Amino acid sequence: MIDWIAGVGRSTLSQVSDLGRASLMLMQAIFGRSNVGVYARLTVDQIYAVGVLSLSIIIVSGLFIGMVLGLQGYTILTDYGSEQALGQMVALSLTRELGPVVTALLFAGRAGSALTAEIGLMKATEQLASLEMIGVDPLRRVVAPRFWAGVISLPILSLIFVSVGCLGGALVGVSWLGVDSGSFWANMQASVDFFDDVFNGMIKSVVFAIVVTWIAVYQGYDLVPTSEGIARATTKTVVYASLAVLGLDFFLTAVMFGEI
Amino acid sequence: MTASAFVEIEDVGFRRDRRVIYDGLNATVPRGKITAIVGPSGTGKTTLLRLIGGQLKPESGDVRVDGVSVQSLKRAELFQLRKRMGMLFQSGALFAELSVFENVAFPLRVHTDLDDELIRLIVLMKLEAVGLRGAVDLVPSELSGGMQRRVALARAIALDPEMIMYDEPFAGQDPIGLGVLLSLVKQLNQALGLTSLVVSHDLQETLSIADHVIMIANNRVAFEGSPAVMQSSNDPLVQQFLHGSPDGPVRFHFPAPALEDALS
Repeated sequence: MIDWIAGVGRSTLSQVSDLGRASLMLMQAIFGRSNVGVYARLTVDQIYAVGVLSLSIIIVSGLFIGMVLGLQGYTILTDYGSEQALGQMVALSLTRELGPVVTALLFAGRAGSALTAEIGLMKATEQLASLEMIGVDPLRRVVAPRFWAGVISLPILSLIFVSVGCLGGALVGVSWLGVDSGSFWANMQASVDFFDDVFNGMIKSVVFAIVVTWIAVYQGYDLVPTSEGIARATTKTVVYASLAVLGLDFFLTAVMFGEI
Repeated sequence: MTASAFVEIEDVGFRRDRRVIYDGLNATVPRGKITAIVGPSGTGKTTLLRLIGGQLKPESGDVRVDGVSVQSLKRAELFQLRKRMGMLFQSGALFAELSVFENVAFPLRVHTDLDDELIRLIVLMKLEAVGLRGAVDLVPSELSGGMQRRVALARAIALDPEMIMYDEPFAGQDPIGLGVLLSLVKQLNQALGLTSLVVSHDLQETLSIADHVIMIANNRVAFEGSPAVMQSSNDPLVQQFLHGSPDGPVRFHFPAPALEDALS
């Protein structure tokens, strides 16, 4: 029993210590003097790596999820004779929930794991130590541009996901199943509120972007610099980021759309 | 601080997890000289370089570089101090995505306002010094381990630092490369008045260019002095190391329970 309590204590201390180190790392990375021009160029390079290169998986996933929503929604709404509300259902599902959440999960798998592996490999091959000895802070040079790139890219990817998803829903609902095009788009336009739906969805995306990218860069920066350490950290990034996104989604949904 | 000391290590204690690396380490690195740091594997020679560079902090004691206590510096001050140092890592630690040219140019680009033409001239001169001017457009993955270390040396001297720390610079070098590097370390030291710290297992080669030797064993400095004094020392520990004897005061085996107990 005593051993079990001691184990819980050690684990809690370790988690708190991890959180403290991750917070310090982030603070040191994003606050401080640096050459704005160089910093901006490095961030743009990373936006290409984590954002532009994630476009294909986001577009394809958004299209299929929109199509599935169209198909499932039509089947259910037809039972109630309300298939003209399909546009509303597809758009609200995507803007409020599926867009931010699925994009964040895909981002964690595609870009988050890549960020962890890249920073981890730089640590294992002493490139980070080498930067330090050249007098360049790796937190400013390596971590910060990747963090900002993730925070900028994910909300944009989420918007693209939602837009493509709506088109996918229209493709199935309007073009294949025969829902009236005017009802589909007019209902969507009438029921989606910019502040309540689009803006709240974007806030979710920004929160997910901060959390997912933070976890990814921290896991890379703090890993044990061996091949096994890189593999474990990459797995941790995907698992922790996915759980964090799902947990935070419930909390944010409750605050934004619930009665809490 | 003594007038001739560039680095002073005073009563330093350091542990990795529970394993004691240093227990009251004292040493001095003279200014403008080549100091060899030698000792058996795992005694913390590279760790000493990292303590001097401020990448690690001692548990106790003080590490001073040019009179400045390294562990008391703030993060930004530490990065300023490191601009005065160069370090050649054991693995080379070149930036994988940059070409040889860009690797050597990197410190110049981030710390100076020199124009591209001047940077090109400096980079080519540094690469010429290590015999790799012809590899200027290659990327690190196209080079052998020894060549990567030579490029890393060119990068370490790009800013003409006051002190260079070499971590195993001769490992993986063929006899020609080794000879060239030995003479390069010596020439850099004499021509630029650098303070050089060389960690190496190539004992005779390193002692041939060193002015000062620090031998680390059993968690402390086992010998400090000139190579000539070291060679003539009667200390059994020094003699064991110089002659590579398996038996003596320096343990070859990592601490462990008796073999009989482990096998029973």
